[in-house]
Amino acid sequence: MEEKVKEIIQQYSGDKSYLVPILQDVQREFNYLPKDALCAVSTHLSVPISRVYEVVTFYKAFSLKPKGRCQLILCMGTACHVRGGELIASNVSDILGIKEGDTTADLEFSFETVGCLGACALGPILVVNGEYHGHMNIAKSTKILKKLGKKGATDDEQD
Amino acid sequence: MTSKIKSFDELKSVQERLKAGRDPKKPCITVCVGTGCLAYGTKKLVENFHEELSKRDLADRIAFRTSGCHGFCERGPMVVISPEKIFYQRVGLADAGEIIDKTLLKGEIIDRLLYVDPATGEKVVHEDDVPFYKKQTRLVFGLNSKVDPEIMEDYLAIGGYGALGKALTGIKPEEIIQEIIKANLRGRGGGGFPAGWKWDATRKAQGEPKYIVCNADEGDPGAYMDRSLLEGNPHLVLEGMVIGAYAIGSSQGYIYVRNEYPLAVKNIHIAIRQAREAGLLGENILGSGFSFDVKVNRGGGAFVCGESSALFASLEGRAGEPRAKYIHATDRGLYDKPTNLNNVETWANVPFIIERGADWFASIGTAGSKGTKIFSLVGKINNTGLVEVPMGTTLREIVFEIGGGIPDGRKFKAIQTGGPSGGCIPEQYLDLPVDFDELTKIGSMMGSGGLIVMDDRNCMVNVAKYFTNFLVNESCGKCVPCREGIRRMRDILADITEGKGREGDVELLEKISTGILDGSLCALGNSAPNPVLSTIRYFRDEYAAHIKEKRCPAGVCRDLITYSVDAEKCTGCMVCAKVCPTGAASGERKKVHVIDQAKCTKCGACRESCKFDSIIVR
Amino acid sequence: MANLTIDNRKIEAEAGQFILDIARENGIVIPTLCSHESIEPTGSCRLCVVEARQGKKTRIVTSCLYPVAEGMIVDTRSERVMNVRRLVLQLLMARCPGSEQLKEMAAEMGVEAEPRFVPDKDNVKCILCRMCVRTCEKVVGVSAIGFSYRGPEKNVCTPFKEESETCIGCGACAYICPTGHIEMETTETGDSRTIWGRTFKMKICKVCGRYFAPEDQLAYISRRSGVPVEDLAVCISCR
Repeated sequence: MEEKVKEIIQQYSGDKSYLVPILQDVQREFNYLPKDALCAVSTHLSVPISRVYEVVTFYKAFSLKPKGRCQLILCMGTACHVRGGELIASNVSDILGIKEGDTTADLEFSFETVGCLGACALGPILVVNGEYHGHMNIAKSTKILKKLGKKGATDDEQD
Repeated sequence: MTSKIKSFDELKSVQERLKAGRDPKKPCITVCVGTGCLAYGTKKLVENFHEELSKRDLADRIAFRTSGCHGFCERGPMVVISPEKIFYQRVGLADAGEIIDKTLLKGEIIDRLLYVDPATGEKVVHEDDVPFYKKQTRLVFGLNSKVDPEIMEDYLAIGGYGALGKALTGIKPEEIIQEIIKANLRGRGGGGFPAGWKWDATRKAQGEPKYIVCNADEGDPGAYMDRSLLEGNPHLVLEGMVIGAYAIGSSQGYIYVRNEYPLAVKNIHIAIRQAREAGLLGENILGSGFSFDVKVNRGGGAFVCGESSALFASLEGRAGEPRAKYIHATDRGLYDKPTNLNNVETWANVPFIIERGADWFASIGTAGSKGTKIFSLVGKINNTGLVEVPMGTTLREIVFEIGGGIPDGRKFKAIQTGGPSGGCIPEQYLDLPVDFDELTKIGSMMGSGGLIVMDDRNCMVNVAKYFTNFLVNESCGKCVPCREGIRRMRDILADITEGKGREGDVELLEKISTGILDGSLCALGNSAPNPVLSTIRYFRDEYAAHIKEKRCPAGVCRDLITYSVDAEKCTGCMVCAKVCPTGAASGERKKVHVIDQAKCTKCGACRESCKFDSIIVR
Repeated sequence: MANLTIDNRKIEAEAGQFILDIARENGIVIPTLCSHESIEPTGSCRLCVVEARQGKKTRIVTSCLYPVAEGMIVDTRSERVMNVRRLVLQLLMARCPGSEQLKEMAAEMGVEAEPRFVPDKDNVKCILCRMCVRTCEKVVGVSAIGFSYRGPEKNVCTPFKEESETCIGCGACAYICPTGHIEMETTETGDSRTIWGRTFKMKICKVCGRYFAPEDQLAYISRRSGVPVEDLAVCISCR
């Protein structure tokens, strides 16, 4: 792990100003930011661990906990909100049984909301592992989750 | 690939050579692959085109180009066929073969892919006749459809970097600054501060080195103009920055891009590399003796980093906490050195001003706001997309003539401008000319250019709560009024939307707003009350209904509404019963259904699925 | 030199000095919560706001960070200023309902709690004045504690909320904390102290035999100064 972190830091010439992109690359590598990786960043970039921790917890892009195998992102930008994003968010939360920003206990699903994806014509949008599903609504979100293996409450009667 | 260009004369001949080498009569297929269209799956369409062109051995006879965003995002995927500029919209991912066979080879128009003007019912063949485009003035943004962002030669062929050449070889830095001041180019990121004055202050400041920064954080939800410019025409932005650096006397620039824009990051890196190879960036640009280079850094997901001092903190590898701005960034900014920060769109306007002159630029727009502005028109609107109009265009023209009005026959209620720092504007101001000062006068602001349209099914108290909640999550937490004050406002708004509002709540919100406005450390805090204040100002009766009558007129606030079935419209199709997650909606086939209030969670699934409009929400 | 007016009094100051410092020098009281003479001002509590007019422009600014200038007119108790101070105290009282200091300060300024601000129930005493973090970073130089998260979730802690290896147990943060939020416990014999969840062994003074400083702190000073640890093992009273 330490070697990989050193490699990433090298790509940015060890420049402390690139702490944020370095952390993003480390997170991409390990699917989250393990404590050991952060200590390695602190050591090899010569930045106090308290500042690394501050940066990791300040910015929304970072996760100290592993993300689920299936990552769901719902856009909660203003355009998507006025098109009914809130009700879709509640629906997804209800079906998965987790709050926004959390991961299911079995590490299968993560659900988070983001400020804006910038594809407003397709709003509301649900992104499943990088794949955009536009013109989202409650029924469609239920269907998508069902396809991924998460059933809704009244599933027996459907279809 | 263009190798090092050593002088302005050489640049001119490269431009001419490239232009001459592109036959304007040669058929060309352009497919938009901006992030919005990529979300429609256009990557497959592009592959499809390549396959079909090669199958028919047409790669030499028919040019093919992928471009950045064209702006009419509602109608993607889009294909434009030159030279006629035939406009195909909502193109199927497997339509490439048909388009080649029918339109390119036989000159036939495929009717089903044409845009139908809802006002006349007529099909529109040419891009310029599409009402959405016709009413715009696509000065800056229009170049997107003419270039492939990964091919610098496309930009050179249309005269790109000519303004830079002109500046470096014939105009003194101070003169460039005067030109920008004369043009009255005001910041397009939100502040609307005159760019020329900022450049001048930075040039005159004490301290070396001087930095210039491009703010591509674009934090306003619903705004994606900067992304589309950076993705679609990165060289335009770069050119503006180099001109600015020359005028200010800076040799190092930074582009700070939001983390959520991977395509923009990729394309700007490509553009930087190409510009360096061509001698348009780096040491001794165009042989002028002026050197300037650019680094790209990324955000980590924080709206507050759109604020300049927080952005600098982030660029320095720290948490994005702003600093009191009593000492201007132009004196001490990034790394405590004189820094000039401008938004992407501001930089993009610079080459035009240098090329065509300040007088020309100042002839567009209003007395106080010159030039054009790119807006993102989103929300409850038919023609969702990016729109560029001269300053002074009215909201009515934008929403109805360009935007095509409100979908589903619903009624316009409000338009929100300026993002979470702005305000909601009601119907009575639809004829307001859009201009920095006019918008501020009525309690909103231009902001970065996001225009969120709302209809009668949007609750303004809910909207105020949404923005306030957004700001609670985005507050850096450094100062008391913002960190503690905004969440208190959010809690009161939440109470109001849940039927727990009390007499005096509106007055209290107004009072807290004043304290937060005056007391906050940075612009996030001191503009945070705007959405609340503007909705109170124009929709006070809606607040009153929530507080006094425990009623949500728009039918949105879950604790204040009930769902029921309209017995006259219900056909007993049982669709609502199927989608209802709690079994609250039930009924037998062909018999009127009912909703059990005890079980209903107001999730909205039934109304969404009912095809007979028989769900009543009150 | 700058001639300015503060609360109708003509005052002479050096251009560039902060309004708060000039006011204090001239016996004008401006309340503060995040200001301390040994650390740079940060402008985060906003209590020290004043109304400053220069030419036609009037601004509400934090006096701890705003430089004076020729001809400036400052009002330290205008209506706008008092509104901000009132709001700040009301908000802090709702955040830390148990704090007697805040209640006293509010009473002195005639500020009553706002009933519509439901007091927080998590017994937090920290008002995020930032003095501890600034001290640890700039005065002590170890940056053992720092901020985490943002907005209302922002808090001061050791990284990962675990024992910090960089902490030297000096207790400067506990000393400077105005609300007693940072707790440092010393054993009866004084042979160890616990702060931020970590226990530090104390060193005995060579001369008087009393426990006086954590071994880790002396080791740190030794590293920074080059003075051998044994030479540092003398308490202040015995020097």
